[in-house]
Amino acid sequence: MQNKLSVNIGKLKLKNPVMVASGTFGYAEEFKDFIDLKQLGAIVTKTITLKPRQGNPSPRTCETPSGMLNSIGLENPGMEGFIKEKLPALQKIGVPLIISISSEDNPQELVILARQLDKIKTVAAVELNISCPNLQKTKLISQDAHSTYEVVKEVRKVTHKIIITKLSPNVACIADIAQAAESAGSDAVSLINTLPGLCIDVEKRMPKLACVTGGLSGPAVRPVAVRMVWEVFQKVKIPIIGMGGIMNTCDALEFMLAGATAVSIGTANFVNPRTAIEIISGLKKYCQEHNIDSIKKLTGSLKCQN
Amino acid sequence: MIKKVLQSNFKILANKKIGRDYFKLTFVSPEISAAACPGQFVEVRVPDCDGLLLRRPIGVHSVSSKSCNILVEIVGPATRALSHKAAGEYLDIIGPLGNGFSFQLSAIPAAGGSAFGGSFQPIIVAGGMGVAPLYFLAERIKQQKPLVLIGARTKSQILCEKEFKKLGCSVKIVTDDGSCGSRGRVTDLLKKILSENSGLKAQSYIYACGPKPMLKAVSRISQDHGIPAQISLEEHMSCGIGACLGCVVKTTTGFQRVCKEGPVFNSREIIWEGL
Repeated sequence: MQNKLSVNIGKLKLKNPVMVASGTFGYAEEFKDFIDLKQLGAIVTKTITLKPRQGNPSPRTCETPSGMLNSIGLENPGMEGFIKEKLPALQKIGVPLIISISSEDNPQELVILARQLDKIKTVAAVELNISCPNLQKTKLISQDAHSTYEVVKEVRKVTHKIIITKLSPNVACIADIAQAAESAGSDAVSLINTLPGLCIDVEKRMPKLACVTGGLSGPAVRPVAVRMVWEVFQKVKIPIIGMGGIMNTCDALEFMLAGATAVSIGTANFVNPRTAIEIISGLKKYCQEHNIDSIKKLTGSLKCQN
Repeated sequence: MIKKVLQSNFKILANKKIGRDYFKLTFVSPEISAAACPGQFVEVRVPDCDGLLLRRPIGVHSVSSKSCNILVEIVGPATRALSHKAAGEYLDIIGPLGNGFSFQLSAIPAAGGSAFGGSFQPIIVAGGMGVAPLYFLAERIKQQKPLVLIGARTKSQILCEKEFKKLGCSVKIVTDDGSCGSRGRVTDLLKKILSENSGLKAQSYIYACGPKPMLKAVSRISQDHGIPAQISLEEHMSCGIGACLGCVVKTTTGFQRVCKEGPVFNSREIIWEGL
């Protein structure tokens, strides 16, 4: 029987379009008590850098209206540590693994990381996190179309894996950046990363985060994210992985109707570890109820009046 | 201590107001009550609270064979909403989480390098709501007759005095304003007791929970007197299950997650500067 929920991200086939977003699912082991990990469409790991990173000082998160700020600062064991300590358990799960990679100040490191990952059979794809707002940088790679093009092009040269470029919402025109990634050979784009925000404790007259600002996520950003997916969908042919405050099936459908081929669950994993699994059954039900034989048909099927 | 963690909708058995700002909520979960250790916590999803997304981490206060108690202070809209939940309603709870207190005699390193030789004096130091998880601990170690020091700003914030006494603990109260017990700080009392009873020192072991400045002082005192101390840290958490890396604390071995490696730490592991 044909699987109604299967989708393709380039040549990568997913059994369903629901994945979990980088940085919100640890290395999956944290969730094994709550869900059957095998059911997930794909797992995107916490971002890995070449060298281990301690991350930012505490407090690193705070709750905001319908969302939260985080400034974790890409704490991770580095690629070597990841391969030794985390990958063995991850690859046993049997779900496509997407490894998120980043570099604070040297785009060449992304090339080195991608080359290393290219040799690992169990890695399905790399996600280029060129849009993390929590590095002490004035400008992110994904805030410039030319830089995005250059980085993706260099990574493309060294890997046969699927490349997913993760985009920042903090740009004038996100579709321009998506186009740059596409023309440089990215197989897909994922959006959105978080929006920088600031939360203040007025009694202490201090920021609630040690690093002053952090990335906003959760339902508060969802309409912004859906709009951006819709804008990018008009301009690129490669698949879009949509994310930003998805809490339930209805939210996931919004992204797909706006143009996403797949969706990623982020902040909701913190609130309800079962969110992704619940959405997978929710999408199945929606397809049945609406007589949809393939969920692919939903992508970009938004009906606008004009 | 690695046990399966549960997420489920648990039925509320009772929700009892204690004074103006506190309540004790009892929910039915034979699984959590059997698995929970003193110092562990649960993550409670707060329903009907507009715009508040994240679960609230709350220490396990006590357990019976079928149910689990949490003691909560009303500090904001989420805890207020929780205070209105009634018996018969359900709450989405994850637990038990984190690493609790080590209290088996075999697990406790000998104070000052010498063996306890059978006698052992646990000293429980609680600041404000810190009594909540420490009462659960006291239940488990009541044979050792723990000495319990409770401090708070004022009388209405002194909780569980009677309950600790019922367990056979010797209880001493301190308030900032002197409205209950002696006036001062619980850490000053701890210092005084240790200085005046040099015999106590060699066999003592401190368990503490409360505000960070208090824990910092407890840590210093325990170090000055050469007594081991386990402290339970409170931290804002986003996930509570070790995934978000949001609740880290600086330790001698780098950042550690309060929700996963903690909330209970050996006080000497913590880098207290800046806390």
